[in-house]
Amino acid sequence: MPKLIIDNREIEVPAGITLIQACGLAGVEIPRFCYHERLSIAGNCRMCLVEVAGMPKPVASCAMGVSDLRPGRDGTPPTIITNSERVKKAREGVLEFLLVNHPLDCPICDQGGECDLQDQTMAYGFDAGRFQDNKRAVEDKYLGPLIDTFMNRCIHCTRCIRFMTEVAGVEELGAIGRGEDMEITTYLEHGMMSELSGNVVDLCPVGALTSKPYAFVARPWELTKTPSIDVMDALGSNIRVDARGREVLRILPRENDAINEEWISDKTRHVWDGLRLQRLDQPYVRRHGRLEPTSWGDALAIVAEGLRGLDGGKFAAIAGDLQAAEEMFALKCLAEQLGSPHIDCRQDGAKLDPALGRATYLFNATIKGIEQADAILIIGTNPRLEAAVLNARIRERWRQMQGRIPIGLIGEKADLTYAYDYLGAGPETLAKIAAGSHPFLERAAGAERPLVIIGQAALARPDGAGVLALAAKAAVALAAVKPGWNGFSVLHTAASRVAGLDLGLVPGEGGRDVDSILDGASNGEIEIVYLLGADEIEMERLGQAFVIYQGNHGDRGAHRADVILPGAAYTEKDALYVNTEGRPQMTARAVFPPGEAREDWKILRALSAKLGRPLPFDSTAELRAKMFEACPELALLDTIVPADAGAIERLAASGGKTGKDRFGTGIADFYLTNAIARSSPLMAALSALHAGAKAQATGTHG
Amino acid sequence: MSVRRLAAEQPEGFAFSPENLAWAEAQLKKYPEGRQASAVIPILWRAQEQCGGWLPEPALRTVADMLGLAHIRIYEIATFYTMFNLAPVGRYYVQVCGTTPCWLRGADEIKAACRTLIGEPGHVTPDGLFSWTEVECLGACVNAPMVQINKDYYEDLTPDRLEWILANLKAGREVMPGPQNGRQASAPLSGPRTLQAPESN
Repeated sequence: MPKLIIDNREIEVPAGITLIQACGLAGVEIPRFCYHERLSIAGNCRMCLVEVAGMPKPVASCAMGVSDLRPGRDGTPPTIITNSERVKKAREGVLEFLLVNHPLDCPICDQGGECDLQDQTMAYGFDAGRFQDNKRAVEDKYLGPLIDTFMNRCIHCTRCIRFMTEVAGVEELGAIGRGEDMEITTYLEHGMMSELSGNVVDLCPVGALTSKPYAFVARPWELTKTPSIDVMDALGSNIRVDARGREVLRILPRENDAINEEWISDKTRHVWDGLRLQRLDQPYVRRHGRLEPTSWGDALAIVAEGLRGLDGGKFAAIAGDLQAAEEMFALKCLAEQLGSPHIDCRQDGAKLDPALGRATYLFNATIKGIEQADAILIIGTNPRLEAAVLNARIRERWRQMQGRIPIGLIGEKADLTYAYDYLGAGPETLAKIAAGSHPFLERAAGAERPLVIIGQAALARPDGAGVLALAAKAAVALAAVKPGWNGFSVLHTAASRVAGLDLGLVPGEGGRDVDSILDGASNGEIEIVYLLGADEIEMERLGQAFVIYQGNHGDRGAHRADVILPGAAYTEKDALYVNTEGRPQMTARAVFPPGEAREDWKILRALSAKLGRPLPFDSTAELRAKMFEACPELALLDTIVPADAGAIERLAASGGKTGKDRFGTGIADFYLTNAIARSSPLMAALSALHAGAKAQATGTHG
Repeated sequence: MSVRRLAAEQPEGFAFSPENLAWAEAQLKKYPEGRQASAVIPILWRAQEQCGGWLPEPALRTVADMLGLAHIRIYEIATFYTMFNLAPVGRYYVQVCGTTPCWLRGADEIKAACRTLIGEPGHVTPDGLFSWTEVECLGACVNAPMVQINKDYYEDLTPDRLEWILANLKAGREVMPGPQNGRQASAPLSGPRTLQAPESN
């Protein structure tokens, strides 16, 4: 490990890093615009100049490796000075040049208050401009409905281009022209077709790219910032919810290397306009075929009346995709109390079963583990849509390996932003791999850490259990399950699913699953159905059943409901979510639920009291204590309890029958997967934009 | 230099002529597998030649698809290099060197002559024959001032001589490229002075 002297302090740093990183390790922050830890090095802003003893000129610390420095003649380690007058003058000079063409419009700029250029100008800026000529004027560009552009402000750091090309894998942004006339744009200014495009707004160190939906809404210092967890997909991306008063105004990523690095998908980022529209803010009861507003007491009394004396076998409960662990646990307690085994959290009908062992439904390899994978088999999923940030991680791995990592796909063909071998469409190909007769096994033969990703499209079908067993067998055939590495990874699409399975929200003995509940409801065997935020089921199959919908948006479930109990959305409660890896994380309440809406577990608790048999908890703490007792894996926040890999081997040995149907799509429309997103006009616009682009692509390219 | 944009009016499509296509495919073979993008400049240049001296937008897309590059990457290249014209040029495309040596030797008068004879830079004469632009040093400083018309250099110019050249080109007559004042290449104008008998010095 090379030794350096940074500002008179000797420090040992890992070989191969750059000076700017070494300075960071030494606790010296170097100003920068173009440098970003997760992107390639451009070295074009020159703001990070430092002095290196023995070098005639200041050097750009982002582009100079520590291993390229030579010790002094007397053997002293390379000496770096970051706080000398010379360095300060050099940076001041650079900043003055950057400001030559940068408009002084901070008061009307959306970036004001959180602008790198503004901050660094405070430190290195000249007190008055010395530049007399006209500033450059650049036409603003159209980059889609999410990104507002003020190109006069661009300082050509190229972070946005590098992000789109390297991380998002969509080569759409570029710099045209040269020198002073360089401009950032897409080809002929079409909108960017990426699920991660919103991240360029965060990356832009100035106000050139700003968020269009958030344009001129608030200043950063007016906002209450609440660290929370995203529920749009099953990754549990770490987010920060910025709210003012009762409204969520924007959602930004938080850094978490183990999950989302510092990226989030466009859906995660921009779904907030759906949080204030179509909200259920008071209880409703259907009278004479119409939903009428009513009071909590009335609504709960009606539900209690229906449930009182009902045979438990005629009650069924379905938990939706966005539900937190607390309310699912409360729902399960309620169903048990009513004596009903008919409970299910697998709206899509995925044949995952907690009885098979926790390892059979987790993303065992962990998201960070993708960085170690050296062969990847993707079964029945399009990770780009189902978990955009995770897909970026696979792409990163693919880039790291310079494309020399065998990636196989079984399922629907899609542009995943990296090259893969298309192996086949359905279980037959998977069976070949499981049997060890597929050529992909040869390609992946030398792999130490093979990763097998199984998507919901492969499991949410009648023969899903067979496919799961087959996938386990394939994982064993690929040697993906071994001591120290478990590559068998189920990729969920619903934020609630893993917690639901952990808590055992699956049919009990003689119980019905979602499909069978719906059958029962249509033929009258099930009389009351409790939908806990369940919107993605076939409502018409509920037949004559009495439907209680508890949720936060007036979506499909609420339209069918006979009683609506308004609950809280994920930004409005402190709640536990378990991501696809099995990592429990807490959201935090950023705003209060609207109107009379209440936290979901409290509604279930109140209902049970109305029934005369209150659930055995009166506070969140008591509920969680009970829940952790039932499921200790959830108690350790931000920690993954590795699941017993033996379950996969047992599953692999079990065998199972599979059909011949090809695997379908897990997500039909990325932007409209849940009730919150469906209520968002912005998501609808994005969905239309992408649908339009797809139609055009098929139109012109035959 | 100024901001360069694609021309407002663009042809419907673009396809390489069979000869050019064969040539371009031969160029691609020069590079190892996966590095075909290295051929971008020569192929774009050939596309420009085929289109009469400029690159229409469909040509950019065609070349990008041929090389497996994203469209934006070709757009970046075509706008970066000023020798790729993004708008139509005349059949005789006059590039006037305006860098210091030429400027000292009267490039301003040459430019003024171009303005009177052809029009503003970038403007194509109605007959489609001429357009001109100012470029940076073309490396013929010894014979300043000079212009490049298509592939040939016309050196040691005066405004009158330029007018004569353009008139001849317009009439379809060939004009001898090179120095226009009778000088041999870039030899001294006053005749040879070296390697002569000592007494003649």
